[in-house]
Parts: sequence; C-alpha cells; structure tokens
Amino acid sequence: MADPIIEIDEPEVPSVDPVEQATATLKEKFPELSDDSRPNYTGIMVPPEKLLEVAKTLKDELGFEYLSSVTGVDLIDDGKMEVVYHTYNLDAGGGAVVLKTQVDRDQPDVPSLTPMWPGADFQEREAFDLLGINFPGHPDLRRILMWDGFEGHPLRKDWREAFYEQDNKPFKSRWPEGHVFRAEERTAFGKNVKYPAGWLPEGLDNDTDEEIYSGMTVSRPKSKTDIRTDIVTVNIGPQHPSTHGVFRMVVTLDGETVIDLKPVMGYLHRNHEKIGERNTFLQNIPYTDRLDYISSMGNNQGYVMAIEKLLGVTPPERAEWIRILMVELTRICNHLWSIGFLINDLGAFQTPMLYLTIERELILDLFEATAGSRMMCNYMRFGGLAYDLPPAVRGQETMAFLTELVYERLPKILDELDIYLTGNEIIRERCVGIGIMTREEAIAYSACGPMLRGSGVNYDVRKQDPYSYYEHLDFDIPVRQGGDVFDRYMIRVEEMHQSLKICRQVLPYLKQTAGAPILEGDPQYNIRVPQGGDAYGRVENPKGELGYYVTAKPKGTNPERYHIRAPSFINLTPLGLMSKTDKVADLVVILGSIDIVLGETDR
Amino acid sequence: MYGFGFVKGLTTTIKHFIGTYTDEFNWAGKGGRYYNDEALKVRQSLKTEGAITVMYPEEKLEMPERFRFVPFLIMDDPAPGQKAGKDWCTSCGICAKVCPPQCIWIERGKKPNGRPKPEPEGFYIDIDICMNCGYCSEYCPFDAIKMDHDYEMASYDRSASHIHDKERLSKPISYWRAIAPGRAADEERRRVEAAEAKNKKKAARGR
Repeated sequence: MADPIIEIDEPEVPSVDPVEQATATLKEKFPELSDDSRPNYTGIMVPPEKLLEVAKTLKDELGFEYLSSVTGVDLIDDGKMEVVYHTYNLDAGGGAVVLKTQVDRDQPDVPSLTPMWPGADFQEREAFDLLGINFPGHPDLRRILMWDGFEGHPLRKDWREAFYEQDNKPFKSRWPEGHVFRAEERTAFGKNVKYPAGWLPEGLDNDTDEEIYSGMTVSRPKSKTDIRTDIVTVNIGPQHPSTHGVFRMVVTLDGETVIDLKPVMGYLHRNHEKIGERNTFLQNIPYTDRLDYISSMGNNQGYVMAIEKLLGVTPPERAEWIRILMVELTRICNHLWSIGFLINDLGAFQTPMLYLTIERELILDLFEATAGSRMMCNYMRFGGLAYDLPPAVRGQETMAFLTELVYERLPKILDELDIYLTGNEIIRERCVGIGIMTREEAIAYSACGPMLRGSGVNYDVRKQDPYSYYEHLDFDIPVRQGGDVFDRYMIRVEEMHQSLKICRQVLPYLKQTAGAPILEGDPQYNIRVPQGGDAYGRVENPKGELGYYVTAKPKGTNPERYHIRAPSFINLTPLGLMSKTDKVADLVVILGSIDIVLGETDR
Repeated sequence: MYGFGFVKGLTTTIKHFIGTYTDEFNWAGKGGRYYNDEALKVRQSLKTEGAITVMYPEEKLEMPERFRFVPFLIMDDPAPGQKAGKDWCTSCGICAKVCPPQCIWIERGKKPNGRPKPEPEGFYIDIDICMNCGYCSEYCPFDAIKMDHDYEMASYDRSASHIHDKERLSKPISYWRAIAPGRAADEERRRVEAAEAKNKKKAARGR
C-alpha cells in the first residue's frame, strides 16, 4: 500500500479534557448522578428534581454555557420519557456534556431550563408539542409546530399517522405481492375530502390566535417625542414574500417601533422525525436533503457522520476530501443565496440576487454531474460516497473545471460582490446597527453559525470540535463584534473567502488520490447497527450548527429516535429580542440576516 | 464621500448589462447567441458572460450521465416485429425494499407449480411519490432499473396516468446506452468480468 498522504500528527493531548473534568466535578458535587449505563450510550443521568441545580453548576461554574440541543426520547418499553441536553464549552471547545433525565411516561414533568437558558424556549416547546413532555416553569408553553386543535403528540411511539401502514419500512405490501394502490384512495374521506354535514369553517376554534395575542407585551416605553402613537398588533405573513417561505410574525407596534414579536411556524411541518423513525437508516439520507434544501450536502454529512459513529466505520481518504470540497462549495452556494435574498429584502429587487445565482448555478452544475441532482444531492453514504467525481462537468474535464472555478471564477465574483454591495451607502444605512444581539445574548439564546460569530463569539464546529479532515486544513474563522445585520453579512462574505481557501487546499489531495476507493466496504442496501446505542453527529452547516441525535436498538434497521438540531429553527429564538426597538420596516431585513430555510425550520 | 459606493455598485450593473450585448455581437457572425448549440455550450460553461438564460423549450440543457429523474426498467432490445424484449428484472425486490418513499410495487411471477419465477408479473411506480433519489438503480444487482433523463412529464390527469406500469416503464437497453454511454459501458464491463470470474470458479470446481 502507498504511504498515507496526510501525516497525522499526534494531537497534543490537553492536560485535562474539559468534558471529563466537568463530568468528574459534577459527580463529586452531586452524588445522585450516574453514567448512562446502557451499552454504547453516553451522558450523565440526572434525576429530574436535581436538573436545575446541575444545569446551573454546569453553566455558571464549569463554563458549559451553551445549550445546543434539547430533545425528548420516548422509551415506550420502559414506560419512560427521556429528555436529552447537549451543552458545550465555547472557550475550551471539544465535545458535549450530555445530560439526560428520565421521567414517568404518563406524567412527564421536567423542570424548564428556559428561565436559565432562553435558547431552550423553542426546543422545549417542540418537545412538548411532539412528545407531550411538560416543562413546568416555561413562560409560554404552547404547541409550536402542530396546530392548537391537534389531538395527541405525534412523535410518541404509539401515535399513528393518517396513512399508517406499518411501524417500519420496507412495507410488506410492496413485494412480492405488490398490488398498487394510492394512499389517497385509502382515506376515510374517499376520493376527495368530504366534510361532515353542517360543518362550517366559521365554527372552527380560533382560540389559538387569542392565546398568542394575549401574550404580547403592550407596555410602551416612554416616548421621546411628542408624536402620539397607537399600539397595534399586526401579523406579518404567513403569506409574505419576505418571510422566505410560509412563516408568520405576530408583531406589536408602538407607532412604527416593534415592542414585541412572536414567530409562528409549522406551516411546512411534515413530521420529518417521525418519517425518519419509520425509515431504515439508508432511506433517511435523501430525506435529509429536503431539510435545508439550499445546502443538502452539509445535511447529508451530518446525518452520515452520526450513523458512522453507530456503525463504527470511517470513510476512506478520498471520500473525506471530496466531502470537504462539496460541503465548502455548498457553503459558498448558501451564502451567495442568502446574501442575494438579504439584498432582495432591502429592496434591491432581483438584480444582485440573479448575478449571484449565476455563480451558484455553476456550482450546482458540478453537483448535478457528480451526484445526479442539483439540489437534492443524496450524495453521501455510510462510510463514503455514492459516486466518485465525474470525468467531466459541462464538457470540461472535472479537475480543470474545479481549478478554474475555485481559482478564477469564484474569487472574481466575490471581489465584484465587495465592490458592488459592501460599500453601498444604502446597504450600510439599512444594515449597520440594526437587529443587534450582544455576545451574552447570542450565547444564552443558543444562536449558531454566522449569528453567533457576528456577535463576537469565536465558535465554529470545524475548529472547536473538528470532524472529517478539518484539523489538517488551514483556514480562519471570521468573527465580528457588532452583532448587527451588517456584521452577519460580512461574516458570510468572509466565510466564502475561507471556503475557497479550503477548496484550494483540497484540490491537490483530490489529484493525488484519483482512482482511490470512495466507499468503505461494499454498497449495502440493508444496514444494521450492530451494537445499538446513541450518537450525535454535528457539522458546521452554512446556517449554523446542524446536529443529528440518533438512537438505535441493537441490530436495529431503523432509528429508534431521530432528532435534528436545526440551525434555522433555533436561530429564530432570538428574533423577538433582536427586533425590539427597531422599526417595522427593518423586520424583514433582520429576518433575512438570520438566513432561515423553512424546510428546516418546520421539518 | 457619500454616494461613492452607490455609484461604484451601479457600474457593476452596467457592466453586466453591456456584457450581455457585447457577447451577442461576438456571436453575430457565428450563428447568433441564442438557438445555437455552440453558443449554448459556452453560455453554460465557466466562460459565461452576461445573461445565462437558456431559451427553453427551443434550447435544452444537456443532461449529465448521472442525472436522475423517475426510474425505468431495462429490457433487451425487442426482436424485429416484437413489441417488447426480455426483462432484465428478476423481481428480487431490492428496489422495493430500499425505496425511501415506498413508491415501487412488484408482483412476483409464479410458475405453474406455484414456485416463484425470476420475472415480475407486475411492476408499478407511482411517480407522484417517487423522490428521484436513485437508490433503486444504485442497489439493483442486475442493472435492471435505471434513472431516466426524460423530465418532461406534464399531464392532464394526475391519478391513473401517474402510476406507471411495466409496459410504460420498460425501455430497451439501447436507450440506456444512448443517454448514458459511459455508465452503460462501465456496467457492461463489470458484468462481463463477473461472468468470467464465475466461469473460472465453476471450471476450478469442475476440475
């Protein structure tokens, strides 16, 4: 065998691993704590009554101040509900301290962490909505993704959807006695929907909105001017071109100034996680494409990494390099798109966006030639990739295409973008000092990605908790201190330059490894997890930290729990905070600077 | 100076605007910028300047070999006078099992004595459900199902006509060779190699 191309330096062992240290300290202080004893599970078991104390110690004394993910797991066989918390130390980097707490399934009350960590707000509401876990102490515990009249909690294992066929795919009705049927022919309503006699839309319960409106702040700050203003509550969306999808903001205005804002989402909810728990492991990969459909390669990578941890496989070298190339190009795609739309929201309709779209199209050409699809790439597999790079892209040899793209075409457009937009007075007027979020707020609200780095936190999963081959690459993490819309824009521009820098470093490795295998083992259509266990795969997606929490039973063919820590969803938590005291006209700009994709927000 | 950045930005817009027309002049003597295969190739490459519009449906993008849109079944080229050739599908059911949205229904053929026979009796794909992931073709051990390049499938009826049966799905191998020559040749080579290895093994065992 040839010599390995990268020399893996012995990593400098830090004197003490912050996670281990924190775990030891916690256990010393709270003797009630124990390790998760199930084989291949990680985390600390916390009794629910001690949760608040433990979390407080972890946050204030041990420096694990960032609550990344909160989710529930329905352990129906044990009659328990489990809540899983992933917390990180932003300064020290490294892995997560995972807290788990189990409560009775029939009366699942877990104390809310929202007063301590506002970032838990939406995530606890989601767990309440989908799993029926109560969080006493939560200031606003309402359903978030399902509508309010909804019966039941769909992620519970005993809840069955309308077209329920079988617990796990593949369905037995497909083979060998496959008699075709259409799902809609099997509905209770028949060919088309038939409403019950006497049913009137006006009769629908409209309490939902009352609940939102009654929760809005109406106290007005003291006016500085003599102008008399009214307090009104307005709905922006769900059908609004600037909400980037079907998304609604309930806003209370004092004149033109926002004094309170509540996001309402779930219009695109399809219970991705339930679908994922019915699917086999492999079948989930194309579904992850459809989360953040602008950056499907990154979604693939996060999911594949989580399952690779469960399977215990590592992809071959060439596969890792191609993954990095694809993911970094995806980042450029995503940032071009989000900047284009931000400028669109500012009122420069279409022109700048279309210029940026041209470059995005060229990258998508590469994706299409490689993976077969422009957006729904479905490219990565457990232990490697589906295909090697193609011989040619748009009639040009692939390596020549990549070299020209990375060295000439994209740098040119990034420079042009700088000349075109960055110095523009209108953009500066509209972006500088708007939608401010301070460093402390960004951490407390679990903001991630450009939102976090725009507020002065130097945190990027690629650097602080490196995965794939990122630790062998030379790149910088742009950080800016202002925490406003303009800083988030600048972070995105600088990140594109850094991504290009990474791509340039990857290209020689691609040349060296040409012809090397891209998949560990043979392609398998029925993947079984030998040991079971839980795994959390997280990547720095263009929009922020994307995490997949997957648990599986031994020899399982499908996930027992499949949760996505969606950056678009969690980044909306501080939207109300950022918009307060700004004008209503700036709302769409602030929303644009978060860069949400509703496919991921609503899942 | 206030307004300078604004003016600088506008020059970029003007450059793009003019770029489209200069490119049109460049192509004037060579068959025009639009409705010209040569020009389309340049317009879709990294050398593109100005507007990159494709004048669909008169102009169409070339599909890369790996492009995937709705599966089809491979059969032998029909003999002269015949409508259909022999199916490559053995109704092993791997495609139906791996399909993420479960849009494939296969009815396995039966011999008169009731034992299964390696041919599908019925094969249905609901293309409304199909998510074009390409798993069926990726994991088919017999190269019998492939992803098509024909993306123009609009129809007036969305019920029966969107469930493709075996007749509608089957296309001759020559069609696959035409749309994806490189991949078809690769697969051919791999099949020949596998057959040779099998024969060698057989011969070794026979001896």
